[in-house]
Amino acid sequence: MKMILSLIVWFVLWEIVGQAKLSSIVPPFSAVIEAAIEIVPTDKFRNAAIISLRSFGLGMGLALAVGIPLGVAMARVKGVGRLLGMWVNIFVSAPISALVPILMAVVGIGETTVVVTVFLFAVFVITLDTQVGITHADRSLVEMARSFGATRQQLYTKVLVLSALPEILAGVRLGAIRGVKGVVIGQLLVAIIGVGELFELYSNHFLMEEFWALVVIVFLFAFAVSEAIAALERRVEYYAASR
Amino acid sequence: MRGWQLASFGLFFGLWELAGRWPISAAFPPFSTTFLALLEMLRDGSLGKAYLITAQPLLLGVALCGLAGIAFGIGMGLSRTVEWLSLPIFIILQAAPMAAIIPLLTYMYGIGLTSKVLAVIMLAAPVIVMNSYKGIRNTPPSLLQMCRSFQGSRRQEVVKIVLPHAAALIFTGLRLGLAMGFIGIVIAELLITPTGIGDLITYHSSVADYPKMFATIASIVAVAAISLHLLERLERRLFPSG
Amino acid sequence: MDEAIVEVKGVGKTYDNGVEALRDVNLAFPKGRLSTLLGPSGCGKTTLLKIIAGLLPSNAGEVWVKGRKVEGPGPERAFVFQDFALLPWADVLRNVAFGLELRGVARPEREKVARNYIEEVGLKGFEHRHPSQLSGGMRQRVGLARALTVDADIILMDEPFSSVDEQTRRKFQEDLLDLLRHHQKTVIFVTHSIEEAAYLSDQIALLSPRPGTVSKIVRPAVDHSRSPDEIRRDRGYLDTVDEIWSILRKYV
Repeated sequence: MKMILSLIVWFVLWEIVGQAKLSSIVPPFSAVIEAAIEIVPTDKFRNAAIISLRSFGLGMGLALAVGIPLGVAMARVKGVGRLLGMWVNIFVSAPISALVPILMAVVGIGETTVVVTVFLFAVFVITLDTQVGITHADRSLVEMARSFGATRQQLYTKVLVLSALPEILAGVRLGAIRGVKGVVIGQLLVAIIGVGELFELYSNHFLMEEFWALVVIVFLFAFAVSEAIAALERRVEYYAASR
Repeated sequence: MRGWQLASFGLFFGLWELAGRWPISAAFPPFSTTFLALLEMLRDGSLGKAYLITAQPLLLGVALCGLAGIAFGIGMGLSRTVEWLSLPIFIILQAAPMAAIIPLLTYMYGIGLTSKVLAVIMLAAPVIVMNSYKGIRNTPPSLLQMCRSFQGSRRQEVVKIVLPHAAALIFTGLRLGLAMGFIGIVIAELLITPTGIGDLITYHSSVADYPKMFATIASIVAVAAISLHLLERLERRLFPSG
Repeated sequence: MDEAIVEVKGVGKTYDNGVEALRDVNLAFPKGRLSTLLGPSGCGKTTLLKIIAGLLPSNAGEVWVKGRKVEGPGPERAFVFQDFALLPWADVLRNVAFGLELRGVARPEREKVARNYIEEVGLKGFEHRHPSQLSGGMRQRVGLARALTVDADIILMDEPFSSVDEQTRRKFQEDLLDLLRHHQKTVIFVTHSIEEAAYLSDQIALLSPRPGTVSKIVRPAVDHSRSPDEIRRDRGYLDTVDEIWSILRKYV
């Protein structure tokens, strides 16, 4: 709760700086909140939000559907890890936004590009963390399950994935944060849809209150998603603590 | 190990070649064509020149960010007050899509070097600061107690225990900061005004010279990957985890 | 009776979470002897040791060392840690000399003293190794050498051998007694092993579990001039072990 106090201090500071008109691009915090309340119910915002959330959801869904099984495969199947490991590592820290122009050229200028961008931003860290989690899963639990005659499938579903859940969730959280960045960057580069379009619009027309309102909303969204997954992580830490 | 690495490269480039020859899109050149385009751009110097331009804001940004970020992170680690004020901000900044603010930079500082350096700083700072901060905070309490049991002063504690221990994480922070810097400069060059690498990409895209566009993109990914890999090896050399 | 070099008077300690760790502990530690604090987990023996070391404050009572009240760590006391607490980035030589380094002793001088004790604990030749290259037993020898190097009168040892294997532990116990015979040190030792306490100690203070307080003081009648193996079969030693166990079993 000390954190919240600290943030309040910053909001007050923001208000003061804004009221004092110290910088043309910093409106008072209260004005930003007002603008936020104004724009949220509008159709324009609704559409942008829907498009953005849709891209985010689809991209993340794909990233999870591909990333987690791939990570498991890389940890458990001998050759896969060695073949793909290097590439996953490269792309985890690579400037993926450099690939967006290609996507635009190949896939076109639209939502699909953004979905693929989100996918590319998120999938590698999810894969990597899943791989690490499964690799470090409790060996004695696996042995125990085997000794009681667990089938391959049971081993995976009842022991391995659960044992690796803390790492997997950590990867998903990082993936989600990157996913939000992917939506924003993808839409900024495509420039005609979603919140990216709105950002361009507001800054081009110098609507600073609206601009910062949107920034706060998007940042809050990223933070909320991250914290939601972190809460899940904490629940899982509890039962995995006996490791 | 060598064998697997070659197989890995082979797999990747092989798939690329196949995908390129598949008639999904004229805009997706196969590996061979891209490679030739890369060679050509190296030969005529366009790639080299672009990197010289791009490198400036990247290195400048990371250097400035590094110095200030490490100092600030250390400050956060050593002072509870600074920590209380800054930690929530940096936690939010780490999760936040900073790219959203880049159009604003263009408005404030124009399309020149300053904007780009700032873009790099904005993206790299959170990770550098947070890593330095964590390095300081995670000093093993038993080492601190040991120092106190031998009557070390607070200053000795910081200089002889806290800082050397934090050095490993600080270096990691710098490496991750560089990775974010690459991301920042690419976004900046694509969003603000194309210069350097961003310029090459946008130009070749506009004249539909996809092999060259691809080659440029591949090159920046490769440069980022190689420099980060080298830093990682250096890190392992300097800080063997005991 | 030997004079008491450390006196614990009515010491009590309550943690922040409200748990009372120690209550009204009164003990005297004779000079030049090895005294042990023994008890089951959670009886506060490490807490008491750290209070004596000046690393933790007590909530009640006082500790007097050499006639002066304890307000914090001091040059007459040296601590040996259970998890070794070695600087991972420094070599053995620097680690052993660290106490003197903190005092500002010049490098050639402190390294000379350190080398001497490195040899005494049996690590000659390992001066430039790093902790990650040493076994658990060797790391603890470094910790002990570091405590000896500062030439403190009192050495406080917090379960120093609990992180090493049984064979190494026995060797350690024998070497420790050897070492102490040559240096007139007072040792306050914390352990949960009855055999260890009976083997090493001139005096054992049994502590009861929370809130920790002294339930009994035992003085083993062990003749340390005999060989280690003889000692471990000696009547006096075995009787001491039995006596202690009969008291402690109530607490388990």
